[in-house]
Amino acid sequence: MNFTMLRKLFVFSIVMFAFGYALVPFYEKFCEVTGINNLLQPDILVQETQVDTSRWITVELDANTRGLPWEFKPLQSSVRIHPGEPVDVMYEITNNTDRVVNGQAIPSYSPRSLEKYLRKFECFCFTKQVLQPNEVRQMPVQFVIESSIPADVNTVTISYTFFELPDGKKAVNEK
Amino acid sequence: MKLRLKSVKISNHVGGYMSSKLVSLVGVSALALYSSMAVGSKYNLQEPQSIIARETYDLHVVLMWICVVIFIGVFGVMFYSILKHRKSLGYKAANFHHSTSVEVVWTVIPCIILVVMAYPATKTIIKMKDTSEAAITIKATGYQWMWGYDYLSGEGEGISFFSKLATPKTQIDNKEPKGENYLLEVDNRVVVPVGQKVRIILTANDVLHAWWVPALGVKQDAIPGFIRDTWFTADSPGVYRGQCAELCGKDHGFMPIVVEVLEADAYAQWVSDQQSELVAAEEQAVADADKEFGMDELMAKGEQVYATVCAACHQPNGQGIPGAFAALDGSELVNGPVSEHIEIVVKGKAGTAMTAFGHLSDVDLAAVVTYERNAWSNETGDIVQPSDISQFRN
Amino acid sequence: MAAVQDHGHGHGHDDHHPTGIMRWVTTTNHKDIGSMYLWFSLTMFFIGGTLAMGIRAELYQPGIQILEPELFNQFTTLHGLIMVFGAIMPAFVGLANWQVPMMIGAPDMAFARMNNWSFWLLPVAGSLLIVSFFVPGGAAAGGWTFYPPLSVQGGLGVDLMIFAIHILGASSIMGSINIITTILNMRAPGLTLMKMPMFVWTWLITAYLLVLVMPVLAGVVTMLLTDRHFGTSFFNAAGGGDPVLFQHIFWFFGHPEVYIMILPAFGIVSEIIPTFARKPLFGYSSMVYATASIAILSCFVWAHHMFTAGMPVTGQLFFMYATMLIAVPTAVKVFNWTATMWRGSMTFETPMLFSIGFIFLFVIGGFSGVICAIVPIDIQVQDTYYVIAHFHYVLVSGALFALFAAAYYWLPKWTGNMYSETLGKWHFWLSMFFFNATFFVQHFLGLAGMPRRIPDYALQFADFNKISSIGAFGFGLTQVLFLYIVISCIRSGEKAPEKPWDGATTLEWTHLPTPAPYHSFETPPVIK
Repeated sequence: MNFTMLRKLFVFSIVMFAFGYALVPFYEKFCEVTGINNLLQPDILVQETQVDTSRWITVELDANTRGLPWEFKPLQSSVRIHPGEPVDVMYEITNNTDRVVNGQAIPSYSPRSLEKYLRKFECFCFTKQVLQPNEVRQMPVQFVIESSIPADVNTVTISYTFFELPDGKKAVNEK
Repeated sequence: MKLRLKSVKISNHVGGYMSSKLVSLVGVSALALYSSMAVGSKYNLQEPQSIIARETYDLHVVLMWICVVIFIGVFGVMFYSILKHRKSLGYKAANFHHSTSVEVVWTVIPCIILVVMAYPATKTIIKMKDTSEAAITIKATGYQWMWGYDYLSGEGEGISFFSKLATPKTQIDNKEPKGENYLLEVDNRVVVPVGQKVRIILTANDVLHAWWVPALGVKQDAIPGFIRDTWFTADSPGVYRGQCAELCGKDHGFMPIVVEVLEADAYAQWVSDQQSELVAAEEQAVADADKEFGMDELMAKGEQVYATVCAACHQPNGQGIPGAFAALDGSELVNGPVSEHIEIVVKGKAGTAMTAFGHLSDVDLAAVVTYERNAWSNETGDIVQPSDISQFRN
Repeated sequence: MAAVQDHGHGHGHDDHHPTGIMRWVTTTNHKDIGSMYLWFSLTMFFIGGTLAMGIRAELYQPGIQILEPELFNQFTTLHGLIMVFGAIMPAFVGLANWQVPMMIGAPDMAFARMNNWSFWLLPVAGSLLIVSFFVPGGAAAGGWTFYPPLSVQGGLGVDLMIFAIHILGASSIMGSINIITTILNMRAPGLTLMKMPMFVWTWLITAYLLVLVMPVLAGVVTMLLTDRHFGTSFFNAAGGGDPVLFQHIFWFFGHPEVYIMILPAFGIVSEIIPTFARKPLFGYSSMVYATASIAILSCFVWAHHMFTAGMPVTGQLFFMYATMLIAVPTAVKVFNWTATMWRGSMTFETPMLFSIGFIFLFVIGGFSGVICAIVPIDIQVQDTYYVIAHFHYVLVSGALFALFAAAYYWLPKWTGNMYSETLGKWHFWLSMFFFNATFFVQHFLGLAGMPRRIPDYALQFADFNKISSIGAFGFGLTQVLFLYIVISCIRSGEKAPEKPWDGATTLEWTHLPTPAPYHSFETPPVIK
């Protein structure tokens, strides 16, 4: 009887372990269907928002590198925009070394509620960037801040941090 | 306030064995003693210097008093019972064990008190979150173990510096008397103008840190890869000191924050000084880049850099701490190829406490690498020039 | 229900159990296992206490004297882990082992062999923690909350800590399942749920909390382990993860955890106060509901540990209100205890003194808890000595004092001997004095701006730190007195009367001889 029990438990633990792996495709499908954590496609504007010309929002741009021999900066430190208006800004990365370096940028916003109202059509984040020796690259970010953003928000910060992507590691949006 | 209260209660407690007169005498004198002590700001939050800090301070005082009153009420009843309803006085136990109406009342009353407490707190929270319309934005970056500051916008845009503990190691090791601002002094202070809204953006280089200046009422974690923000408007000029408030490793206790608040014109002066220094430093760096330094010059400078940057872990004698921090004296790496040595200093070593020091200048890096290769029993005789470092970087 | 059957044919007390060390290794008796749990936790309490003495010695005056910063961090980290997982939690499980079967009229725990296994996992985990001091790189030094990325930097010590936590978690889950099953299935006929002693009720609710949150802790340390060694990026921004995620998961475990450590203490006090007031517990059913609502609410307040991590204003408000709400059921409990004492016929033996001390100091800890719940104030006192003072008031003068009360209360039942009442009272008053000397001043340190987890501090904090250190040494020494009291009670205590507490009404006092026999309630009592 103990042996049968042991076998059942063994099979059960194998099934549970397999289930853990089965969750990976499951969650990917789940996110694709529900649109949660959508990092793979650019945002689509949910509805045509009106440009609210009565309001100004100052968008500060920030750039950081962590453990990368790169220089990374926005070409303008801030822009003043109307909610609902499409905006283009430019960032620049410079590889200061004489070797090929891979990196990946992670975005972060302040205030944190900005994420709900920010629609990005073009962005370099979560994507592997390969820089040749001494290469300088300009990268655009195109976005809209929806006019439904609360009236008391008038200064926001969009920040990117570049991390080195070691050889053999995939960027977040690579399958 | 709490201390005062408790002493009364404890003496009441003992009071079972004392006469009630003695109890009240002890109580009153304890109260008087602690009231006089409580005058000092030592017993409360630091003197507030911004609107948020002031509201927080007032909120704390009000809540404190509400708590004290409830405390006296509840324990007044309990200690009366303890004094009177005891077997040794021949008191016979009653046998009641519930009363729905009483229980409903003492559930509802705390709810009401909590609403009274929550209302002003909610107003302050909403105010704390309003980081809009700041005159100056400063990015503070936490490093193991110092702070980096970049003035992102407003007057002073472009200023950027590191801020490290200025207390000498000899004071920490009790080899000389401790100064007035022991552990709360830095080499470069954050300077801001008085009465202007300053927005602080926080991030970190390696692990979590927290930027805390009690008098200004700000504390915010710094998280690597993410930004957070907070703000303050300083009421009056002065120097306000705080510390890192999130455990960040070995020297967590040794990375203070010092904010110097200046009048508008003094601030403008500071900004122009900084900017001209920045230009001078750049010129110096260009000049140094091609300059050939002598061994003695590099060793002297390297020893300084080593003492401030490296010695905390690798120890002044280069022996490190076995098991935790590698020894440099006699190390294979230090006595091996120069390029590998430079690489580990500039880029750090992943998965260990050895972080990247690429933010130091070429001259400092060249000096410290030269020093390490020729100090203690290391005798490689190698001289590393700033140009070697810039070559490595490129 | 194998255990019940085993004892069924072991009816004539023909215990052929091994003697010597093997008796303890192989025992399935709830009383043996309970004793082992209690001795284990006392041992860990002294080890954790020694670390605390080291910490306070270093903080006795400004400057670095005894512990280098790295070692200091290891001391604070291991002090927290050992006290929480090694001392307080096993002590409550030990009490449950001894008392739950006797209080519900059951012959033993439901899963007697699993009970043995859940105990014997503990010394393994405890040794891993202690051994980690001696591996290269030393013990974990990232605080007992081991936030990444700092805990990703550490060496082998962190891995040992992770494995120790896995093992402790497994032990706790097994222990809780055992307790739940025992309480739900093995009560004496007629003992309905709403007639159970409060201690049993609080443990039932605590056990459910444990089963709910221990897997969460196991999950989060596993994620940390894979981040450290297998290239995942759960908590690493470079790979798209977020260090703050760790804090959310950790505190989803961590906040219920603090109630896991305090609810059984409520239960103990709710047994002792009616006994010594010679009057039934006031508001029994509201006590049960209050305990349950504290347990449920505790699962919705975790982010109040993270107000400074930065969260949207709605989040801060929600967690502030939810946290404040916990004060209501807690207040109800304090009022009920007061009403139980009111017009009783009280005597003040050591268990009663510790229970009153518990209520008194726990309420101070509760008030500082409400103050910490207020976001603007919390942002000032987060990660300072104010918080240290707050949680030592609820965990030392809360959980620990209740454990002392329980030990004094049940020692006669367990050993058949009385402890020394005089020394017991000394133990209480000295603990009371030194505890407050140690921790009360820490409120002021925190308000004035002293961060926690620092090995050295600015000069304005020197006076209070000195007082606090002296208090801590006194408190530590006082606990040696407790050890002496327990040992001399076992060895040479006066013989206890059959029912030393005339007000006691629970089954172990009314239906069992003193000391309790090795096998009790082989025939269940019938409760009318």
